[in-house]
Amino acid sequence: MSAFWALIVRDLRVSTRIGGEALTLVLFFVMIGVVVPFAVGPDKVQLAKLAPGIVWIAAFLSMLLGLDRLFRNDDEDGSLLLFRHAAIPMEAIVVAKVIAHWLLTALPLIFATPVLAILLAMDFASWWQTVLSLVLGTPALVGFGALGAAVTVSLRRGGLIAPVLILPLCIPVLIFGVGAIGGDSSGPAMLFLAAITLVVVAFSPFAAALALRTAGD
Amino acid sequence: MTLDATARKTNWFSRLAHPGQFLSWSRLIVMPLAVLTALCFAVGLWVAFFNSPEDYQMGDMVRVMYIHVPNAWLSQFVYGLMAASALGTLVWRHPLADVANKAAAPLGAAFTALALFTGALWGRPTWGTFWEWDGRMTSTLVLLLIYLGIVALWRAFDDQLRAGRVVAIVTLVGAINIPVIKFSVDWWNTLHQPASVFTAEGPKMPLSILTPLLVMMLAFTLLFLTLHMVGMRTEILRRRAETMSRQAALSGGQ
Repeated sequence: MSAFWALIVRDLRVSTRIGGEALTLVLFFVMIGVVVPFAVGPDKVQLAKLAPGIVWIAAFLSMLLGLDRLFRNDDEDGSLLLFRHAAIPMEAIVVAKVIAHWLLTALPLIFATPVLAILLAMDFASWWQTVLSLVLGTPALVGFGALGAAVTVSLRRGGLIAPVLILPLCIPVLIFGVGAIGGDSSGPAMLFLAAITLVVVAFSPFAAALALRTAGD
Repeated sequence: MTLDATARKTNWFSRLAHPGQFLSWSRLIVMPLAVLTALCFAVGLWVAFFNSPEDYQMGDMVRVMYIHVPNAWLSQFVYGLMAASALGTLVWRHPLADVANKAAAPLGAAFTALALFTGALWGRPTWGTFWEWDGRMTSTLVLLLIYLGIVALWRAFDDQLRAGRVVAIVTLVGAINIPVIKFSVDWWNTLHQPASVFTAEGPKMPLSILTPLLVMMLAFTLLFLTLHMVGMRTEILRRRAETMSRQAALSGGQ
């Protein structure tokens, strides 16, 4: 069990030492909120109606951007080969990295949502539901992201393949994430979102570990 | 007992699995299959366009169904086949399973795209719209994206054998979409019509429409089988050519 926590602490420590990457993702997240009103016009009523979708698209794209970081560094310095002989199984290692990645990428985004709420003319209730839906939904995005990153970890020029692969799988998360914000069916949508997250976080480590083991053969 | 003295019994199943044997018996089958496909299409198209009744509401437009439904059905059937080959790669390490997956992926993508295209052409005069974001159309579009992602993934790997295992994992994860497509017309009752052939009480359409539909389904399935077999043969030959060119490069100059 201590190996599990050690891996999370290691990932957090390495990432904060390298620095800057979480800030870049948050900047990207906020910039989408800045750019969209230029594209669709500053009408507050329209912006407030589109705001849940815009926030979720921004979160989704930011998570896709940060995907590669999950396993790339470990593959490049040989840690992935060491992980195969670790005390804990590869699936547990994937779970640890997913937790660390969520703390490093999704949590800063959630803290940045007030800025987006102001830019997109959201009211307090909508913003609170946005935070809740992001908390419930981003673990599923990270879970799918781990699968995409594991599949493409051995590809040198695999750049955009991982986002393309997992985008069809993330569509239900987007549908229910946006449905959970504001409106009549918010409660059931939240529950569906939580269900999807639980299932994805439970099963994706097995698929990702299998892909990692295959990629290292 | 030394290793090379161990006699291997070849049964019909191992003859199916060996790539070299596959090449020899598949060469005999391709032409007859192609002829059978052409015959089935000829019969099916004649019955569909000249020998079946028109719909009381849409008139002759109903005949698009004879193209649209087989394409849609095949798009899911091909994915089922790819999922089965994925299991063959991961669980049984079947030598031809990843070749089957690679050959089937672009074909499945083409059938899905054709299903969406013919559906749009059918929807415009009958429903008034080319596209609606309803359950079945959205999940079929998602299926097309999954297919195209798999095609892209195959091309991204240099080592095709490693690619086979990784693509198998992705194929199995994407298989969750197939039940969603099948039941989407029941779960979300919006625009696309509900199931009328494969229902619990049997087909809900009269024989005069069902027969051409089944013949066209058989024709399209035979078309897929022919193209798939040719695709598998091409992939095996391509890998052989690559191995030979690599060996030639290694021994080049000697």
